[in-house]
Amino acid sequence: MNSIVITKSYDAPAFCEKEALRYAGCKKTDENMTELLNSCKAEVWEKLSYKVCYRELRVKTDGEVCDFGVFSAESHDLSKNLDGCQKVILFSATVGIELDRLIAKYGRLSPSKALMFQAIGAERVEALCDAFCEDIKREKNLGLKPRFSPGYGDLEFGVQKDIFAVLDPSKRIGVTLNDSFLLSPSKSVTAFVGLTDCGETVPQNKCSNCQKVDCMLREV
Amino acid sequence: MKFQDFLKENIVYLDGGMGTLLQEFGLTPGELPERWNISHPEIVTQIHKDYFDSGSNVVSANTFGANCLKFSEEELEEIIKAAIENVKRARDESVSEKEKFVALDIGPTGKLLKPFGDLDFEDAVEIFAKTVRLGAKYGADLILIETMNDSYETKAALLAAKENSNLSVMVSNAYGEDRKLMTGASPSAMVALLEGMGADAIGANCSLGPAQLRDVVYELLDKASVPVLVKPNAGLPKVVEGKTVFDVDAKSFADEVSDFIKRGVRVAGGCCGTTPEYIKELTKASGNFLPCPITDKEITVISSYTHSVEFGKEPILIGERINPTGKKRLKQALIENDMEYILTEGVKQQEKGVHILDVNVGLPEINEEEMLESAVCELQAVINLPLQIDTADAFAMESALRRYNGKALINSVNGKKESMEKVFPLVKKYGGVVIALTLDENGIPDAAQGRFEIAEKILETAGKYGISKKNIIFDTLAMTISADKNAARATLGALKRIREELGCHTSLGVSNVSFGLPKRDAVNGTFFALALENGLSAAIMNPNSADMMKTYYSYRALCGLDENCADYISAAETFELSTMVADSSTKKSGENTASALMQAIIKGFKEKAGEITTELLKTDLPLDIVKNEIIPALNVVGEGFENKTVYLPQLLMSAEAAKNAFEKIKGFMSGTSEKSASKGTVVIATVQGDIHDIGKNIVKLLLENYGFNVVDMGKDVLPQKIVEKVVELKSPLVGLSALMTTTVPAMEETIRQLKVSAPWCKTVVGGAVLTKDYAEKIGADKYAKDAMETVRYAEEIFA
Repeated sequence: MNSIVITKSYDAPAFCEKEALRYAGCKKTDENMTELLNSCKAEVWEKLSYKVCYRELRVKTDGEVCDFGVFSAESHDLSKNLDGCQKVILFSATVGIELDRLIAKYGRLSPSKALMFQAIGAERVEALCDAFCEDIKREKNLGLKPRFSPGYGDLEFGVQKDIFAVLDPSKRIGVTLNDSFLLSPSKSVTAFVGLTDCGETVPQNKCSNCQKVDCMLREV
Repeated sequence: MKFQDFLKENIVYLDGGMGTLLQEFGLTPGELPERWNISHPEIVTQIHKDYFDSGSNVVSANTFGANCLKFSEEELEEIIKAAIENVKRARDESVSEKEKFVALDIGPTGKLLKPFGDLDFEDAVEIFAKTVRLGAKYGADLILIETMNDSYETKAALLAAKENSNLSVMVSNAYGEDRKLMTGASPSAMVALLEGMGADAIGANCSLGPAQLRDVVYELLDKASVPVLVKPNAGLPKVVEGKTVFDVDAKSFADEVSDFIKRGVRVAGGCCGTTPEYIKELTKASGNFLPCPITDKEITVISSYTHSVEFGKEPILIGERINPTGKKRLKQALIENDMEYILTEGVKQQEKGVHILDVNVGLPEINEEEMLESAVCELQAVINLPLQIDTADAFAMESALRRYNGKALINSVNGKKESMEKVFPLVKKYGGVVIALTLDENGIPDAAQGRFEIAEKILETAGKYGISKKNIIFDTLAMTISADKNAARATLGALKRIREELGCHTSLGVSNVSFGLPKRDAVNGTFFALALENGLSAAIMNPNSADMMKTYYSYRALCGLDENCADYISAAETFELSTMVADSSTKKSGENTASALMQAIIKGFKEKAGEITTELLKTDLPLDIVKNEIIPALNVVGEGFENKTVYLPQLLMSAEAAKNAFEKIKGFMSGTSEKSASKGTVVIATVQGDIHDIGKNIVKLLLENYGFNVVDMGKDVLPQKIVEKVVELKSPLVGLSALMTTTVPAMEETIRQLKVSAPWCKTVVGGAVLTKDYAEKIGADKYAKDAMETVRYAEEIFA
């Protein structure tokens, strides 16, 4: 399949304050928290960059293995997610290294701020992924399956190696992989998104596949 | 002809893309192109030959990703040998009559360096070194380090090239649309770093097409005193009818790049998407151009990982607060390895407006080499100001310079033979601007003339080491006027002559001038103004001194350096404010009651908690403040968090307020013989392979609040190191954090080793991926779902 890796930069997607506060562990907002959030947001806003690189791959699934041609992944859950798809978008997204610097700085000087930067980062990279998926949906005029990342369900982190070989995101958008398959910058994502002609797919509850039932962020 | 000589007199044409062409020949996504040197030598050689035939002087071997992270040592050697042979064969077969050279091509490792990634700087140097040694062994004519998007990794590669070969090295970075590297460096910062270390050409390649690279190229041309290299992409890729095409065609590419050559670029080629046709068009379009001469820009400049600081345009402030001389609290912090205190001092000075941070950690009680290296690494991870490496220990200086992510200011060398023999080789090797003190074996001359003569001697000796005068800043030594009434005149006289007659920049430790006098700030501020008028370029100073800052802002406004006096006006507001704050705090001291402290902590008002504590310390015993105010406040918040009426950020804000109160108490007690009481020592760490430490930092903050002494080993810590520390301290409790399933095995291994070597020690674990069951399975004594639960468990263990 003659596909190429395409790199895109985005403008800042709309910011969802409530979502960021949720990531920070605030179920209800209060003035102090909003003020802290806003001061952190102001400190980092201009330093964020929104970059994505992606490639379209063909996929065949048999319920246990997903064959992408250039590599395959053993995963019942990903197979289920991509059921009925012939094509999949493999992408990597990042909002850059500056949040890591701020998290490191305030992790030492003010952990409450570090926590806010962490939350802003989580909100930002998710918002970037949403913006990218909207873009793809428009461009391809197809429905999208919920995005699926290494570590979700039974998809092992080891698949990151194959993803990195095929996307080369370190060169394109500065996303690197460490020996434990963690991404740096930390506010980065790699994911599969199945393309489907069955129209709009209903997004499933993000948390339903996760086994950590005492998570403070869990949405029921 | 040697490449070095060719570069001096000619425009050098490089080759174009390789990866895109190999894909057309069937290289599949994910396949390593370097293997094609052995599996498809005829195809690789043909591409090289096409480039030579199209007019390239330098063709890069297909070794971009050839490093020992991707290949075994045996395979690496085979690949590099074959890759260089392929270019040599192409060179021999080419019909072109131009000069032809073979480059060893070195791309990034694909890993991010510590502290944000997991690759250690020295490991990166060694990875590149292996590739360099093989390239030199198999006969490359030069080294091209390219597509680097991180300044630190670029430094590692250049250092490896310099330490392991005598070949010319050209270095090229991949800039984004924001004209910066992925990790933040500007083109000017890269020029400072790379030129300082002796790169033979500096440039930009990949990521963008020629039009988008224009501003980067202009900045490089403006700053670099060595040839500038450009190697853009053929624009952006798209798929048209199943074929990959790039949106800048050969003709437009050649026009754009020719224009760069006209403006001074001396080394040009193409990157992704360019083909031999692009090079042919480029050599055609610019073939009759004469090479622009390379001029020394004579810029005295240092840099951080983001930006450069030039001397001479504006007065430069060097913050002196990270230097233990006369500072008890900093001494204590250094002895206790309290990096937070050092970082806080750095951040505060940055907020006050200094341009450079002096870093001096010399104390007889500590290992200066280790401490200086670690302070430099910690500071440069989170503060983007360039650093002044300040030490008399040559080993400490070298360790710090090696690890420094930029071109450092070095403090100092002097006119003694021994000093110059130790320091100048380091300046030459690692780059840097060095502060030269005008003293020698005979001491400090009393008069300006003697100091001027020493400056001349220092310049001459530096020249013998290949260090040009732009990289030397003279300090004519401010001496106290309380001992010699002519001291300031001698300093200023020498300063003026050095600036005017030698054309060198200058710096002074301003405050020495008033030693022994009352109200020193007043004298310092005036002396600073006099020195600036006599040609002072930089001052090592205390940014907390209002008089110094007033002089600084006034001087800039008076000299036309401050448009609309805007900086002066906004700084003037803070002058006013600081007097007002002082007034109001004395007036309101009656309100600084105990319950006010409790309230400030509960509400999370950090500054206020500190201020009230300072006031309380005038009347109350430190331990009473802790027992009666801080602990009860923490209990209110802690219980609120456990009952879910207080959220995590609120808990942390209160904890920080309490910490600030503790900090005031600690500062107060470091002046007395009284020791603060600690409940015991907890060792905490984020386990090997894991680089996320926010959760661990939260736990640390809360444990400290509750009176535990916490030894924080950081992140990505080897099991064995944790065990050694626990055994050394006989610590009864260890806290371990892991974020993902992939790092839990390292946690399990740490617990296993602890059980063997420190059976008395309990383990408490936490982190996103952990659950109670999981924690039990890996043998932990306790799973804590949040930081408060860790505190409660610690209280149980230490009860």
